[in-house]
Amino acid sequence: MSGHSSYVPSKGLMQWLDARLPLPRLVYDSFVAYPVPRNLNYAYTFGGILALFLVLQILTGVVLAMHYAANSAIAFDSVEKIMRDVNWGWMLRYMHANGASFFFIAVYIHIFRGLYYGSYKAPREVLWILGVIIFLLMMATAFMGYVLPWGQMSFWGATVITGFFTAFPLIGDPIQQLLLGGFAVDNATLNRFFSLHYLLPFMIAGVVILHVWALHVTGQTNPTGVEVKSSKDTVPFSPHATVKDGFAMVVFLVVFAYILFYMPNYLGHPDNYIEANPLKTPSHIVPEWYFLPFYAMLRAITFNIGPIDSKLGGVLVMFGSIVVLFFLPWLDTSRVRSTAFRPVYKVFFWIFVANAIMLGWLGSKPAESPYTWLSLVGTIYYFGHFLIVLPVLGLVETPRRLPGSITEAVLAKNAGGGTPAGATAAPETKG
Amino acid sequence: MSVHDTAEPNRRDFLYIATGAAGAVGAIAAVWPFIDQMNPDAATLALAEIEVDVSQVAEGQSITAKWRGKPIFIRHRTAQEVEEAKTVDLNDLKDPIARNANLPADAPATDVNRATGGGQPAAGDDMSAVREQWLVMVGVCTHLGCIPLGQSGDYDGWFCPCHGSHYDTAGRIRQGPAPENMAIPPYAFTTDTNIRIG
Amino acid sequence: MKKLLPALLAAGLAFAPMSIALAQDGQGPTENTASEEAAVGHDASAEAAEEGHAETPHYPLEHPEQLNWSFAGPFGHWDLAQLQRGLKVYKEVCSACHGMRLVAFRNLEDLGYSEAQVKAFAAEYTVQDGPNADGEMFDRPGIPSDYFPSPFPNTAAAAAANGGAAPPDLSLLAKARAVERGFPTFVFDLGTQYQEAGPDYIHALLTGYDQEPPPAIADSLQPGTYYNPYFISGPALAMPPPIGDDQVEYPDGAPQTIDQYSRDVSAFMMWAAEPHLAERKATGFVVMIFLVVFAGLLFAVKRRVWTGTAH
Repeated sequence: MSGHSSYVPSKGLMQWLDARLPLPRLVYDSFVAYPVPRNLNYAYTFGGILALFLVLQILTGVVLAMHYAANSAIAFDSVEKIMRDVNWGWMLRYMHANGASFFFIAVYIHIFRGLYYGSYKAPREVLWILGVIIFLLMMATAFMGYVLPWGQMSFWGATVITGFFTAFPLIGDPIQQLLLGGFAVDNATLNRFFSLHYLLPFMIAGVVILHVWALHVTGQTNPTGVEVKSSKDTVPFSPHATVKDGFAMVVFLVVFAYILFYMPNYLGHPDNYIEANPLKTPSHIVPEWYFLPFYAMLRAITFNIGPIDSKLGGVLVMFGSIVVLFFLPWLDTSRVRSTAFRPVYKVFFWIFVANAIMLGWLGSKPAESPYTWLSLVGTIYYFGHFLIVLPVLGLVETPRRLPGSITEAVLAKNAGGGTPAGATAAPETKG
Repeated sequence: MSVHDTAEPNRRDFLYIATGAAGAVGAIAAVWPFIDQMNPDAATLALAEIEVDVSQVAEGQSITAKWRGKPIFIRHRTAQEVEEAKTVDLNDLKDPIARNANLPADAPATDVNRATGGGQPAAGDDMSAVREQWLVMVGVCTHLGCIPLGQSGDYDGWFCPCHGSHYDTAGRIRQGPAPENMAIPPYAFTTDTNIRIG
Repeated sequence: MKKLLPALLAAGLAFAPMSIALAQDGQGPTENTASEEAAVGHDASAEAAEEGHAETPHYPLEHPEQLNWSFAGPFGHWDLAQLQRGLKVYKEVCSACHGMRLVAFRNLEDLGYSEAQVKAFAAEYTVQDGPNADGEMFDRPGIPSDYFPSPFPNTAAAAAANGGAAPPDLSLLAKARAVERGFPTFVFDLGTQYQEAGPDYIHALLTGYDQEPPPAIADSLQPGTYYNPYFISGPALAMPPPIGDDQVEYPDGAPQTIDQYSRDVSAFMMWAAEPHLAERKATGFVVMIFLVVFAGLLFAVKRRVWTGTAH
């Protein structure tokens, strides 16, 4: 996608098409000849896995929509009809529900990989921001999709999340009523959520195209953080990256199939097998697991901060936890891209990961001591990581010496021996 | 896969072919559920039966029942209509097959075969004689699925206004684009005045 | 709580690890002792908040026993004789109050019954149909495509007839009830494929009535409720002990005990909630084999492609 190439297809029909619509050229440049750094590890395969899951979610979603009825009177039963009567319906529905979870597993690994290898740093700021937008759209899509089965958690999750907007003074209540189409979550809400749940994945697909476009302009980062300097540093996308991505996808699918076929309700909540009842709240409302860290930050603010009451404070903190990601490229002051060469930051990075997991665990706990104030500690660290650690550490930390080039790093690693891969690899001269 | 490969080219080719084949088989197997889900589901396929009380249907009257989402014409035919249907020469029929789900698939389209239901006859019951005035058929034109109008057309039977198909008093196609006689569903009289369809 | 938290924070985060340790030492109802210690020195409203907390111990009071189910694990399958016994228990006991509206009679063929048996079974039920030609609803014998009729016309009627607590529909109950597993058990569950929390809970609940409540709880029980330490959302529930020994006759010689009845009806309810369970696991086995083989092939291809490219 990075400009026109001189590639001309060899086959007659493709030549004919290429002269009229340069699609063969685009595919060749983007997915065949496109150079990728030769030292990418398996953490870099999650972009491909995410593309696969986006397609899988859209496909299963489209066929589920053939049987689902977005009407509060029959939505719950229509999902059960899919589970019981529709041919393969149980599999398609479990694929879609668990597919959402695995989509988030993959996206979190993808995001943490980007954080670790500094993939957000110049000149990839736009690539990163597009990624954050995709993440936001994914969260909106997942939230609205979870409402559709119209179980107890669907209903009360929708009530709580749309309740966020009431935290804003003056405009809050009108906004909530606009979103709900009424004074509470009801048929109007369900119907519009279904419409938007069908629309948003295609918007995600659109932003994904921009995301890949931006990626192909700047090229991938790599574990050394040193930019590609010559063609020796790269391998062609096909077959090297395609087969490696393909292998990683199938391994990921093995894990997915394990959950899908053997414990499809492991990641769900039993209360969602109870039909929505607007008059009875479940004893303990929890969102889906992938929202838990944000939910913990929302609940961590139980006190007023000056003129901001605790409710608005929680909502602002939760939205702020995403907004801060947009500014990440400018918050990190380090001149070194990859955490592999930043010994001090490496420690902070893993504390950040542990903190995120702790926040997720806290989000699943009831809102009572000591969980609420532990959540507050976690929230403070989350923001501290972005607003204090990253800007300050970049200025004071002494990074390790960077390799001169990717090839140099690879050769140094293989020459160092010790690793069996280095022993079996072909002589360096072939590289 | 190049001809220049001298080192174990067969094994290499085999690996690529096996992987490609496995991928293709997996892809086809994965696509099937996505297609099969469009077939009728278990609830739709489940045996659907309706029972219709015809005690109030006088000679020359018709009622329409709904079975599997389609209209079922139940007509209490007049003696004249039965006679008219019986006198037709089978060679004059466009479709000489009875199209009766209660009879073998190749049964000829005689009036008796058109008006015969299935099931066990009631004690001492001569099916054809007693029931021949009753015509029970799926009221869907065999051309493109419109619902024909009763007691109209050139043959005193049914006429489909969509594309001009004429059916006779036994529901057989006589003129127009429809290819087949209107279908007779599986049905049986459970009593003298009650029909079970399905 | 609003005052308590800043106060705790003001006391210094150094105090925190200690109170976590205290809170974690406490188990169940004793947990509030630790919380009260943490709250020592705070004002009366904080004390009241802590007492309010003490009144809501975590339910259930006792965790259900894990049983061996034929449908557990990667090769799980139905024990058809057990499902048939469970159906008998449901029909003769549970169905007096509990509906099963998502299960159709035709589904019972999965339990090993013939089409004729299912027809005969369905015909024992009376189903409302209509309107007929006169515009009236009428009753007729059930047919296989009918669903199990509910014992009450609607939830309000069900609640009115049962002292305000509507008996839940049983179609999905085996998937709608699960006692929280907690950390780290839920991690180990990934390896053991534990998905039988629903039937374990139902069995524990049905067999858990014969216990004496501790004095502290006995005083606070609502009239018309029955103490059961396995009940998931309180110390007692509105359902009286539903079944006794020898209440349902088993033609196949299985023991006619509460324990056996509970196992059978729990298995039956698992089938009702997830009728494609066995098919799902069997399909999964084929898919897993295929994916593992395919991954192996792809790994071999990947190694071959990257041969000669140090990375």
